Amino acid sequence: MKTKILLAAATAGVMFAGSVLASTLDDVRARGKLNCIINTGLAGFAAPDDKGKWTGFDVDFCRAVAAATLGDADKVNYTTATGKTRFTKLAAGEGEILSRNTTWTFSRDVDLSQTFVGVSYYDGQGFMVPKALGVKSAKGLDGASVCIQTGTTTELNLAEFFAGNGMKYNPVPIETNAEAQELYKAGRCDVYTTDASGLYATMSSFDNPADHMVLPEIVSKEPLGPVVRHGDDQWADIVAWTLKAMMAGEELGITSANVKSLAGKDNKNKEINRLLGKDPLQGISKLGLSADWAVNIIGQVGNYEEVFEKNLGMSTPLKIARGMNQLYRDGGLFYIPPIK
Amino acid sequence: MSTQMYKPGSYPNLPPPPGTVGFYGWIRNNLFSSISNTLLTIVSVVLVYYLIDGIIGWFLFDAVFDADSKIECRKINDGACWAVITRRVGQFVYGFYPEAERWRINISFLTMFIAFAPLLYPDLPKRKWLLWFSGIYPFFAFILINGGFFGLAKIEYSLFGGFMLTVILGVTGIVCSLPIGILLALGRQSKLTVVRTLSVCFIEFMRGVPLITLLFVASSMLNYFMPPGTNFSILVRVIIMFTFFSAAYIAEVIRGGIQAIPKGQYEAADALGMNYWQTTRFITLPQALKISIPGIMNTFIGLYKDTTLVVVIGLLDPLGIGRAALADTKWNGLSTETYLFVALFFFVSCFAMSRYSLWLENKLNTENK
Repeated sequence: MKTKILLAAATAGVMFAGSVLASTLDDVRARGKLNCIINTGLAGFAAPDDKGKWTGFDVDFCRAVAAATLGDADKVNYTTATGKTRFTKLAAGEGEILSRNTTWTFSRDVDLSQTFVGVSYYDGQGFMVPKALGVKSAKGLDGASVCIQTGTTTELNLAEFFAGNGMKYNPVPIETNAEAQELYKAGRCDVYTTDASGLYATMSSFDNPADHMVLPEIVSKEPLGPVVRHGDDQWADIVAWTLKAMMAGEELGITSANVKSLAGKDNKNKEINRLLGKDPLQGISKLGLSADWAVNIIGQVGNYEEVFEKNLGMSTPLKIARGMNQLYRDGGLFYIPPIK
Repeated sequence: MSTQMYKPGSYPNLPPPPGTVGFYGWIRNNLFSSISNTLLTIVSVVLVYYLIDGIIGWFLFDAVFDADSKIECRKINDGACWAVITRRVGQFVYGFYPEAERWRINISFLTMFIAFAPLLYPDLPKRKWLLWFSGIYPFFAFILINGGFFGLAKIEYSLFGGFMLTVILGVTGIVCSLPIGILLALGRQSKLTVVRTLSVCFIEFMRGVPLITLLFVASSMLNYFMPPGTNFSILVRVIIMFTFFSAAYIAEVIRGGIQAIPKGQYEAADALGMNYWQTTRFITLPQALKISIPGIMNTFIGLYKDTTLVVVIGLLDPLGIGRAALADTKWNGLSTETYLFVALFFFVSCFAMSRYSLWLENKLNTENK
């Protein structure tokens, strides 16, 4: 009993000692680099280019936070994590942000003691079929053979969708995305199902992407976003508002090209002045950021639209349409609180 | 048929009938001895021709060695697109190690052979001097690769990757696990209860747990045990796990060798008045190790290949680099080329190890065959 109490006290002491150490922002500033946990490789989200430089949608978000906190988007150390190790890596302090296409769920948010600071990409499970199959809707897939990754939530979603519509399917179980590509190309399954972004990535790898299509039905909700540890609200706010600043940039028409000139003058739209530090936002010093934080973000990384189009959009091989990932005024789901 | 008479005892040695010996004879006997055999031969030759033609064509003649992306590759030719390898060969070899600092890896790698030479080849001239270098090599390599001393820039472990990571993990694991394995094997045979029990527990635990579990322990669990702020590189943690895992296997292999030594050897040692350490050094180990060479090498090759498992904890070994390359939208879909290249690397390294062990076996072979 006594040892138990001692052990508990020691643990609590260690944890407490951990939490009263300098704030996350101070740690990052002292190190001069932001540690960011990213995917080991996912087309459009995180992948090294030929020079060994990481690029992608998730990577650009790390860069944005570095630009906001350190003033230099290149001051990032990337740590790669698999789906299994990402949360422990974050909890263990190997990174300040987990920016790794992570779906926001109740248990991850609450049970794992993490803070999801917002949604950067609304994904959802979809279906890819060869156009030759002649199917225009997922409702017409009765009796199809479906390539499905075992042990994932997509497996459950698939079963629910087919059962809910009174249809039958033959599952073709697979382990990895690469395996699925091969089986699908070889015609072993009529349909491949995973997150829509993954489907577009797979499709872009085919020799004739135009022969395939992603069906319009999205059968699950997969809101992806950056994650931070519980317990440092200042840091969570910084990360959350970095994301919002990128979206606000799109809303206000601020791009990496015009941000410098907009920041230098008095704009009619006062919200631009506040975001870019002309009329400093009240409380920005509480965040520990300088007045030009948003200028750094948008100037060095870009606004949300630029980042999306550069990594995932129509000009890339992935050719992902904005869809839900637009501002509310364009029919999407991003509704940013006022910058006041 | 003409008949010729010979006097008894004077038959000359006639040459065999033409067409039954030599090249033609062999071909006739083995490939065209009957109608069905002839047909089979022709069909096989045609098949082999098409296979080889297709494979070599894909590998070499129709292959593209330099292009900017997979799409460009396909425009140039329809064979393998090796551009994904040639464009990223630096990444495959060094991971994300900064380009300006890569000479440090090169020097470490080249001097590694100098350090290993006196250990691997006992007949080397000036062996004693070289052994000194072998002794300091681990520190030398650590300082060079890791940096942080003598004005060398410190390199973050997260930048390590590629073949360099495999070699670091593999070689360190192999070098450290052999002595630990020997000690464990001796400990397991020991008459001292505490030593024996500890050795048995360690060996059985390590052998009873999958390596991948140990890697997860290294990557996740250890973080919870250590106070926050301790910066205990994951690379070191993983190397320790690899070493322990392989040491347990080595211990069992060597134990097999020790038990294969006839009892008479020990009795002879006792009769000569040797103590335990003398017996171990001069009688037990030389024979036991020689017997266990194939088993030890087997374990080493296994360990070397198992280093690819680090990909599950997010370290980018060649396989991980390959996957990351495939995630680049420029190269997406070239999995065959990437995996073949990685396989080739592992085959070359493992085949070299296996050849060395054969050479050593033959060299040390004093058995009366």
